[in-house]
Amino acid sequence: MDRFLFLTFDGLSTGAVYAAFALALVLIWRAARLVNFAQGAMAVATAYVGYAVVSATGSYWLGLGAAVLAGLALGALVERVLMRFVGHANPLNDVIVALGLVLLIQAVLGMVFGNEYRPTAVPFDTDALTVGGITAVSPYDLWVLGAVVVVVALLALLFTRTPIGLRMRASAFAPEVSRLLGVDVSRMLTLGWALAAAVGALAGMLVVPTGLGLHPHAMDLVFVIAFTAAVVGGLDSPAGAVVGGLLVGLILSYVTGYLGPDTTPLAILVLLLAVLLVRPGGLFSSVRARHV
Amino acid sequence: MTATRPTDVSRTDRPSGGPSPLRRLLPGPPGILAPGGSTLLRHLILAVLAGTLVVLLTNQLPPYQNLQVARVCAFLCVTAGYTVLVGLNGQLSLGHGALMATGAYTVALTRQAFDERAAQGRWVLPLALLLAVVVTAAAGLVIGLAAARLRGPYLAGVTLAVATLVPAITTIFTGVFNGEQGLRFPAETPPAFLGPYFQPERWLAWVALLAALTTMLLMANLVRSRFGRSLRAVRDDEVAARLAGIQVAGIQVAAFVVSAACAGLGGGVYAVLTATVAPGKFSLELSLFLLMAIVIGGLGSLAGAVWGAVLLVALQDLPSLLTETFTLPSGLAQRLEGNLALAVFGLILIVVMLAAPGGVQGVARRLTARLGPRRRAPRR
Amino acid sequence: MHPITRRGLAAAAVLAVLVAASACANDAQQAAENVPGVSDTEVVIGTHQPLTGPAAPGYSKISAATKAYFDHVNSKGGVNGRKIVYKVLDDGYNPANTDNVVRKLVLQDKVFALLGGLGTPTHTNVLEFVKSQKVPDLFVSSGSRNWNQPDKYPTTFGWQPDYTVEGKILATFVKTEFPGKKVCHFGQNDDFGRDSLVGVEKILGPVAAKQTYTTTNQQVGPAIGALKAAGCEVVISATIPGFTALAMGQAAGQGFRAQWVVSNVGADYTTLARQLGDKKAILEGLIADNYLPMANDASNPWIQEFTKIHQQYNAANPIDGNAVYGYSMAYTFVQALLAAGKDLTREKLVEAVRRGGFKGPGLTPFRYADKVHAGYSGVRMNRVTNGVQSYFGPTWTTDDADGAVKEFTEAPSAPPADAIPTT
Repeated sequence: MDRFLFLTFDGLSTGAVYAAFALALVLIWRAARLVNFAQGAMAVATAYVGYAVVSATGSYWLGLGAAVLAGLALGALVERVLMRFVGHANPLNDVIVALGLVLLIQAVLGMVFGNEYRPTAVPFDTDALTVGGITAVSPYDLWVLGAVVVVVALLALLFTRTPIGLRMRASAFAPEVSRLLGVDVSRMLTLGWALAAAVGALAGMLVVPTGLGLHPHAMDLVFVIAFTAAVVGGLDSPAGAVVGGLLVGLILSYVTGYLGPDTTPLAILVLLLAVLLVRPGGLFSSVRARHV
Repeated sequence: MTATRPTDVSRTDRPSGGPSPLRRLLPGPPGILAPGGSTLLRHLILAVLAGTLVVLLTNQLPPYQNLQVARVCAFLCVTAGYTVLVGLNGQLSLGHGALMATGAYTVALTRQAFDERAAQGRWVLPLALLLAVVVTAAAGLVIGLAAARLRGPYLAGVTLAVATLVPAITTIFTGVFNGEQGLRFPAETPPAFLGPYFQPERWLAWVALLAALTTMLLMANLVRSRFGRSLRAVRDDEVAARLAGIQVAGIQVAAFVVSAACAGLGGGVYAVLTATVAPGKFSLELSLFLLMAIVIGGLGSLAGAVWGAVLLVALQDLPSLLTETFTLPSGLAQRLEGNLALAVFGLILIVVMLAAPGGVQGVARRLTARLGPRRRAPRR
Repeated sequence: MHPITRRGLAAAAVLAVLVAASACANDAQQAAENVPGVSDTEVVIGTHQPLTGPAAPGYSKISAATKAYFDHVNSKGGVNGRKIVYKVLDDGYNPANTDNVVRKLVLQDKVFALLGGLGTPTHTNVLEFVKSQKVPDLFVSSGSRNWNQPDKYPTTFGWQPDYTVEGKILATFVKTEFPGKKVCHFGQNDDFGRDSLVGVEKILGPVAAKQTYTTTNQQVGPAIGALKAAGCEVVISATIPGFTALAMGQAAGQGFRAQWVVSNVGADYTTLARQLGDKKAILEGLIADNYLPMANDASNPWIQEFTKIHQQYNAANPIDGNAVYGYSMAYTFVQALLAAGKDLTREKLVEAVRRGGFKGPGLTPFRYADKVHAGYSGVRMNRVTNGVQSYFGPTWTTDDADGAVKEFTEAPSAPPADAIPTT
């Protein structure tokens, strides 16, 4: 039982970071109807900016702010300079451009910073608190969970309570109609990218200290897992991303703990099939994924 | 992946009706291609001609270049089937690297089993490759059954999970697959009648070439058959296809099986080239590179699959090529090493996609269209 | 059938048969050739290294050091008048790329020998090819026992102490230093972790608990939790640097205070401290082993010589365990090249390594012999005290079978002038 509780806490704390990153994927999907394969590499790039600021100023919070700002800028840049000009002769072109961007970003980071692990700083203690004799969560895990909850709440407010949020949703779901109604669809798209990349940057700052360290490939694995989480939750739903992230985190932890570290890819596949064969649009899908 | 609507994963300027894609690759004399000649025969002649050319080429090449030819041929088996699935049937799979691994491990295990029983002979290789095709097709059937219910990014998510399976499976069943070190089996050697000094790499290139030509021939005919038309109908509009009496799910599953069989053959041949298999060779990276190859080559076109296969090999060799060019012993050069190749490749991907959304074959098609009037009006 | 179609088909078929039959006559002449990669002024050798990708951190610095050492040797006139050209190709630690770059090196670039190809899963893949081409395959950078199979792979040689030798010595140390303590094992789920565990259990018998990790899963929390729950007091750890840091960080986070005894592969203090940053205090008291001079030991004559070379040819990188590894391996290679003589052939190089007897920076002798292709025979323990990793206690040697673990008392040799071997 102790083992189970321990694994549960472990899973929740890792799940929180997957949730944060899945959220960024969901944002892009809602804004531009595409899965941004470059999200991981972009997040790493902004994390480099963030930790450069941390080591220059000594303040984690300044670094976090810098990373989020860099995310906003990078997202807007990628949309304005690149994705906007991708031909839509076939919809996979976006994916290929994104993959090209991954290679480019990782290579440039390797050239500028070297292919080495760089240490990261954390604002709170990573030593776990012990509750009733069981190693539970650390203050850092609580900060990650808290940050994710706050971001979800802010996004919910943005999309449901503010005019700009409504415009963003409208231009994503019905671009033609929105344009006729006077919404600047193109600007909304840029804003969507910027917002998603900023959330991705935040996620990157949260994830990197839990892994091997800052490195051009630091988010490769996280991207795959977070993508799974977003798909399980349903790509249209921010709440789904959070639930999906926590679910995937828990399952990875249980499987790693009880069956061994090798079996996790198998477990992820089983989870995906179990969810998607019952609900082909993910747990939180609102629209039917199939029209036939 | 980026589909806005569930059904249009891949709407491309495909080779509609008209001359087969193979013909664009290698235009034969007009007489042979006269309307009314059997499609199968036309493709067969093209295949023999292309094969002859490649054989002529391999006779002139040194060993390493012949291996490159062999690798292009092995990848061509995969990309040909893959582009039919993604381009013509509109189903996105990110797991074809794992399907290649299935074929490769089947060949390795078969060869090992025969080797242990001291059963040798020329028939072992074809048998092993055949088994690779059958086993991988069966794997494709399982994935296809699940895939037929899923669309767009959800299908991508499941197949992405499949792509990451190889290391897990090989480690869990270490007794069979020997974990991350993989399996080794006796190398394929040229038959004795070719003489004692026959270049082994040339023989490998010929084996791979035969597999690639067979695959291309079958795919070219398949694309132009009733089944091929059903594939496109399902991609373009599932509802209309259903109204026209097409079994949508059945076609989708069949497409997956065909594509998997090709990947199995390609993976098997790929294993034969080095006489080794290891999980690290079939990483997620390979699956993503395969996708890049068919899109950059020109999605849905068999000629594009050829470009894609060439690109995959060029890409594998690019890093070592560039590391050699820059041998400055300074700290900067060390940082550029390797990274520079990746940056260049990333840039190429982006630029090609921006400049030529239809891929290399799209450009080639536009060029040939400009050069001469088309002999026949394209028909859907 | 259309008549023209039929004729075309026939013509094509005949052509194909002709072409096949006329297969190149120049194959025969290509078979007989001079020694590949060797001229009067040059000897060309090659290697595959992870310069990019997830395995690049740390390991990409080894070949930089090896190259720097050869630059140094070349500036003093080379070996037997030949300059050493070291072709380093990036394989990104992907065995498929290893296949390609090694074939390119051997078939196209016609290298004389391979030196220091890095990694078990990568290099295992090319063993058969290397054997079929009869290329000397020296000093594979991995502690797998695969390289020591002279009957199967007559040209392949290991260099560093293998993981079983190391495991036996670590266990012997733990047995004498921490008697009665509960000893556990944490290892990578491949030959590294497995061979290490084999060595440990040869000495200690079954360990109290064993856990593994896989490099594609960074969630080590559950494994560390299990070791803690099992009440482990000493953890022998066969981990690469990234996962040493990750595991020790997790252990600290979970309040799991055990003595970590880590394989030299994953215990370079400079590398670990750089990765851990502010948290490097948890490395205090870390026990590990090594078989080369410690990079931070400025009083060691070998390190003094290597530092000179480093500053001249490799200053962009830190001088850490990876650099010392690269320099020492290059030194052994030059010794082997000298021993192979002026009339260099591949057979002579292989013979020279088999004769062995090389003395250099390493603390223990090599095991090279007629039927043994294994490298260093032992290690010495070190400990991190106040942020400095330094040796203590005796040097031990043993073999990968059931041989006893013995103290080795011979004093380390001194470097020749310019750290260039003369014999």
